Amino acid sequence: MTEPNLAPPALAPDAAPAVHRLRPADLIGKLKTDHLIYAASIIGMIVLWQVVAATFFKPPFFPTPPQVLAAAQEMVASGELFEHIGISMQRILMGFLIGSAIAAPMGLLMGSVPFVRAIFDPYAQFFRFVPSLAWLTPVVLWFGIGEISKVLIIVYTTVFIVLINTMVGVSHIAPNKLRAAACLGATPLKAFLHVTLPATLPFILTGMRLAMGNSFATVVAAEMIAADSGLGYLIFNSRLWMATDKIFVGIVCLGALGLVTDRFFRYLVVRFAHQYGPIE
Amino acid sequence: MAAEFLVAQDVGYRYAARRGVDSAPVLANFTVSLTEGEFFCLLGPSGCGKTTVLNLMAGFLEPTAGALTLAGRPIMGPGIDRTVVFQGDDALFTWLRTIDNVAFGLRMRGMPQERRHAIAREYLHLVHLDGQENKYPSELSGGMKQRVQIARVLATDPKILLMDEPFGALDAQTRARLQDELVEIWRKTSKTIVFITHDIAEAVLLADRIGVMTKGPGSTLAAIIPVELPRPRRRSSPGFGEAWEHINALIDNEEAGKQ
Repeated sequence: MTEPNLAPPALAPDAAPAVHRLRPADLIGKLKTDHLIYAASIIGMIVLWQVVAATFFKPPFFPTPPQVLAAAQEMVASGELFEHIGISMQRILMGFLIGSAIAAPMGLLMGSVPFVRAIFDPYAQFFRFVPSLAWLTPVVLWFGIGEISKVLIIVYTTVFIVLINTMVGVSHIAPNKLRAAACLGATPLKAFLHVTLPATLPFILTGMRLAMGNSFATVVAAEMIAADSGLGYLIFNSRLWMATDKIFVGIVCLGALGLVTDRFFRYLVVRFAHQYGPIE
Repeated sequence: MAAEFLVAQDVGYRYAARRGVDSAPVLANFTVSLTEGEFFCLLGPSGCGKTTVLNLMAGFLEPTAGALTLAGRPIMGPGIDRTVVFQGDDALFTWLRTIDNVAFGLRMRGMPQERRHAIAREYLHLVHLDGQENKYPSELSGGMKQRVQIARVLATDPKILLMDEPFGALDAQTRARLQDELVEIWRKTSKTIVFITHDIAEAVLLADRIGVMTKGPGSTLAAIIPVELPRPRRRSSPGFGEAWEHINALIDNEEAGKQ
């Protein structure tokens, strides 16, 4: 039930065109509908999983949801599961943060200074096509089988995605912004700090979000190196014992953790950087 | 006769040769001399190199022939004595609130926040944007964005405002209001203004003198026409129609002469 709006129009000299903002009430309504659909979709998928696994497969080949849940409960009770999750998350976050910390400044520099770009661009373009998995053996040979190798593999994965996105961001800055800054008295350094950096931030954050996803994929590879802990280890080691239920616990955990981390990251972006540009 | 202020002497501009082939010049033998405090309109068809003239005056481009001087000193690179109001809204800093957009030039000078915000508020008042200081550019209408741009360049107290079809993308009503306000601001601040437009009526309404440009390539000034109508001007003012016809005929003759 909506009432016709009888209030006189605002007296601003030329008011901004009515931006269609969702009012809080609408937003809550929309969220509720969305969440209901999400929940129904997830329940439907679990039911489908149950039916397919129970009807067409023998138990070890495709465990049913209750079997996976039972395995998970056992692993939670023994503390095994959280140990794997903890160590994997630690590797992912370290690699992701170190990689982003290297790539974002590097991308800004390469995007802004043609000389720097000319030096490093061939390598960026070359190595971004070499998947981290290809580096497993050399990395272990050079850095041993400890934590360093695993974190390095994730750093590698992160660096190129964030780097390329940052460079694209710099190239997307409207030339008029930099010209405006120049005629308002910004030195090249100040223009870099006050225009290039904030204008590129949405691209850096988008690159980081993509890299975060790839880090989850890569952690499985990284944990093949020194397999004594982590979700990747759990998945690969369980293979030897045909413990498919544990493999599924690992798979579900990776997906769920990735999803939660991504939502959290998006929340941070929307919360702190909304005015920098449209970020989805 | 007032002293020469902004002078372009036989200015030419052409893009760098490609594969050894010289490109046709955008500008050739462009000469004009502006006096301080003058409102000068540069009028010409799209693609005739008006924006190139402005970019040369701003120092974004260097002339390939001739020279530009401001108060006798050659123009070298962008400077805070010549600030630009750009055509589109992509020159605003979308991550800064209105007040910080306006205060940007002052911040570059290292002025403390409290002072620069106080000054920015004065200029927001001048362009009738009181109460909008905390909005982001994406929350403003096209007309308001151009007002922010005008306030932003005025806040740094330049000698010259270079305006590149600043009202070109606005609806007719907003445009007319901003034209009036610009004349008012010009009267209050007595800045020198170079205003680019392809709209004859806009030029007649605003300018002390109108520089009519020829079509490119190698465009130049066909004529400089003083507009001696009293201010404030209206489209219905006596003499407005005649001035319009005079310039229109000039442009028609110019084009006919080329064919």
